[in-house]
Parts: sequence; C-alpha cells; structure tokens
Amino acid sequence: MTASAANENRIAVVGSGPSGFYTAEALLRSGVPLTVDMFERLPVPYGLVRFGVAPDHPKLKQVTTAFDRIAAMPGFRFIGGVTIGDDVTIDELREAYDAVVLATGAELSRALDVPGETLPGSHTAGDFVAWYNGHPQFADLRFDLHHETAIVIGHGNVALDVARILAKTADELRPTDIARHALDVLAESRIREIHVVGRGGPAQARFTAKELRDFLELNACDTCVDMRNVSSDEFEPRSSADPELTEKLSLLRAFSRTSVTKPRRCVFRFRLSPVALNGRDRLEAIAFRQEAGAIEDIACGLSLSSVGRKTTPVAGVPYDAHRGVHANVDGRVAVDGSVIEGLYVCGWSKRGPNGTIGTNRGCGIATAEAVLADITHRRPRSDTPDALLARLTGRVARIVSYPDWRTIDAAEKRRGAVLGKPREKFVTIPDMLAAMDA
Amino acid sequence: MTYVVTDNCRGCRYTECVTVCPVECFHVDDTMTYIDPENCIDCGGCAPACPVGAIEPDYRLAADKKYWIDVNRKRATETPVISARLPALPGADERRQALGR
Repeated sequence: MTASAANENRIAVVGSGPSGFYTAEALLRSGVPLTVDMFERLPVPYGLVRFGVAPDHPKLKQVTTAFDRIAAMPGFRFIGGVTIGDDVTIDELREAYDAVVLATGAELSRALDVPGETLPGSHTAGDFVAWYNGHPQFADLRFDLHHETAIVIGHGNVALDVARILAKTADELRPTDIARHALDVLAESRIREIHVVGRGGPAQARFTAKELRDFLELNACDTCVDMRNVSSDEFEPRSSADPELTEKLSLLRAFSRTSVTKPRRCVFRFRLSPVALNGRDRLEAIAFRQEAGAIEDIACGLSLSSVGRKTTPVAGVPYDAHRGVHANVDGRVAVDGSVIEGLYVCGWSKRGPNGTIGTNRGCGIATAEAVLADITHRRPRSDTPDALLARLTGRVARIVSYPDWRTIDAAEKRRGAVLGKPREKFVTIPDMLAAMDA
Repeated sequence: MTYVVTDNCRGCRYTECVTVCPVECFHVDDTMTYIDPENCIDCGGCAPACPVGAIEPDYRLAADKKYWIDVNRKRATETPVISARLPALPGADERRQALGR
C-alpha cells in the first residue's frame, strides 16, 4: 500500500460482510485522504454472503465481485485471521486508528424462550445455515435427519431457506457450493414432511414472494398450506397497491390447492405459537398454542427455530440488549445518548437484521458520512496501525491478506470444478491456511 | 430473471434505488433510471425502496408493461452507470402524489 501521509486518516472496519465493504467503499470514495484496514476473524471474507446466503442462490453471491472491486481500491487493506476483542482489544484498536467501524453482523440466534429448547433434535435455523454453508465454527455440528418430520419455526426468509434445503434432493443440491459434510448428511435424510410454522396469518408472513416462488420448482416436494386457522379469503389482498403482498398471497393460495403427488411435503402453518418442545430423551413433539388458546401437538424429530438474530457483544463496546445491537445513535456508538468518540457501527450490528444485501450499502454510506463529519476534529492517536500489526504478528497464527484470500478462493474453485460445483469450501481454519501455502 | 424500471420513474427519478443496489447496476438519463439485466443479481432491494413503485421483477410485469424489459436492456448499454443518489427531478413530489403514492 502507499506510504501514508501524516495527515492521512486511518480507519479500521471490523468485519468483512456486506456492510463492512460498503462502508469501506463510501469512505474510500469520499475524496478525503484516508486508508481503510478491514479486520476479519476468519481467513476468508464476505461474511453472510459466504455463510448465510443459501447455496442454491448462486446469483445473489455474484455480489462478491462488487466486494472484490472495493478491495482493489487504493488505500484498502484486508487483515484476516485477527479477532477484535480477543487478539486485539477495542481500546488498542482505537488508539491506533482515527476511527473504528464495527460491522460485526448479527450472529447470535434468538431463543424461543420455551421449555425443552435444549433437547437433542432442537436447533436454531442459524446454526443449520452456518453448518451447511461450511462456517468453521459450525462445521462440526451434528444434525440428525433420520426422522419423518421436521418443524421450522418462523416465517422469514431464513425459515424458507432451511425448509427448502431440507426439501431438496441430493441431486438438486449437488451442483451448489453446499459444504460436502452437509450434502452427505442431507443425502441420507429421511425427512418427508416439513412444517413451516408462524404465529401470524398469511398477510403477516415476513418472507418475500421471491423466496416463496422457489417452492414452485422443487423436484421431489409438494408445497401445501394447512388451512386450519386460515380462511381462503385471506389470500385476497385488500388492495392491489402492494404487488409484493398480492403475489405472496396468490402463491399461498396456489399452494393451498396443491394435490400431493411427490415423496416430500412442505406444509405452511399459520397462527401457531410454540409453547414447549417435548420429549423424553430427545425432541418428540412441539406443543403450539392456537390463537383461540387450544394446544396442538405436532410430532417431529427435528426443530429449526428462526425467530430473529442479534449481534454478538464485543468486549469494550456498550450493548443495547433490547435491540440486540451495539448501542448506537445513527451509527455512532453511544451510551445513554453520550457518544463514544471514534467508534461507529454499520449494517446489522447497527440496525438489526433486516433488509436485503443492498440495504447495507445505504447504511454503510450513512455511517461513513458520520465518520467523515467527525474526523476533522479527531483526537491525536498514541499508536499507529503498522506498530499494531507488528505486535499482532506475535499473537495470531497468521495474518491473511486479500491476495492470500484469492489463493484460497482459487483452490476452492479448483476443488469444486472436479465435483461440478462452483467451489468446494474449506471448512476448517487450518485447511484454509494450508491452501494459502499450497 | 431481472428487475425492471418502468414508466412511474419518468418525471420523478428519485434514485432511492441507486443507494440500495449492491452491484451498481443502475443507469440513468435525463428522465429515469434503468437496470442492467446483465449485472442485476435479483436481490430485490430496489423494488420496495422506490417511492413510486416503478420497479418490478420482470415476471410480475403486466402485459402492457413487458416492453420495459427491452427498454431497460437497451438503455443500460447507452447510458452511464449511476453510483450515488441524484436530486429528484423538479415536480417529482407532485407527480408522486398524482400517482397516489
């Protein structure tokens, strides 16, 4: 990278998902002399685009070409393999940089807060997603799919992702970048019935029509709507002003008329709230309360709950437990309205888990504007990024650069090409690091 | 599939879509924006962001609006990429009200 001028602002971005990249882009395009160091815990970038976006949504993953373009901008540097709050404290980072932007996402799955949630067979959809996408911290999880019935709790897009992955055959999943360990388990799945259960009615479901459309094209699974607690006139939109809702309801109406012919079934259920997960040694059934108060038991051997996510707290950063994000006011980290100088947030760790990938672009631009507005009256730093990095070399196994990542990337693509997949991901950190040297 | 900008954009051009596009696939001329179908990744972020409901996925377009698919494809090759928001066109708010938005 270029020699840094004395008046050049040094900015650290923590996290390499969409919001981190878009904040970096907005900063680097501002015309203000500055550099951006992007810290990432793993040796690989892209955050939820790599570990969240479903393997059968390859077009969405093309957004990584935009991230690579940002990474190639002058003044950008990727520093992978470094965990903020562990290898480096937040205070140490703040001493070395003029501004620190947290882009740490919303990695924790919210609990259902009902009895029995820890029974074997009960999982969060978030864990399942990270597992089938080969996240190193989730690749060792075990999911027992030797049951007839799975229940997905929640009516958001993640719920539809996990239901669809369960509904697909190995042949449908094989040409995707799904992790091999997950494909092996899913290929042996005995699940024949997937209930997708939400507490609201059809019009309240948070999933999008686009995600729901994917259920029209399943090779071995029929999609239906269980009409208990639902009336068919709910599929008629009250007005035509919302084409998204109109399409969603018309898809659900079509599913409510499905005749079942395929070996697997995905059943949408409405107006049921979970009250307990039951079973002797493992999950055997989930008790749901209907709106009128009656309890309905649905037998199942697997439960995937998808009822929201929250940001993992970072040591030294105040946390807003109510919203589940780093405490902030419009992107500036703040406690009780009092701003902590030089510390910012963007993306899901700023506003919570909502929106599409591009929502984080607008969000990152707004955070970058706050950084740039404050930076003219920055406090003097007592440390430098280069001195910090020199100290880090002794603390972490390996600092991973963007060219290092491109080497890992190329190796994954080569492994995938042999198997007819876009890539075969490395799912452990040692394997990722070994690929850098191969 | 792709997303498509249609006639409601003409005379408004709010460009809210541009801020939320993750891949900078919007192009612009004096009257409206266009989506480059070669670059659009179908994320769907732009459609709800548009204040006048001008953006739809191609498959959802009414028969009399299907021609906008070709218009977007063609104009995207003839016009520059827009990467940051522009001020809305004069009279945009009045037009938006007239559209009942």
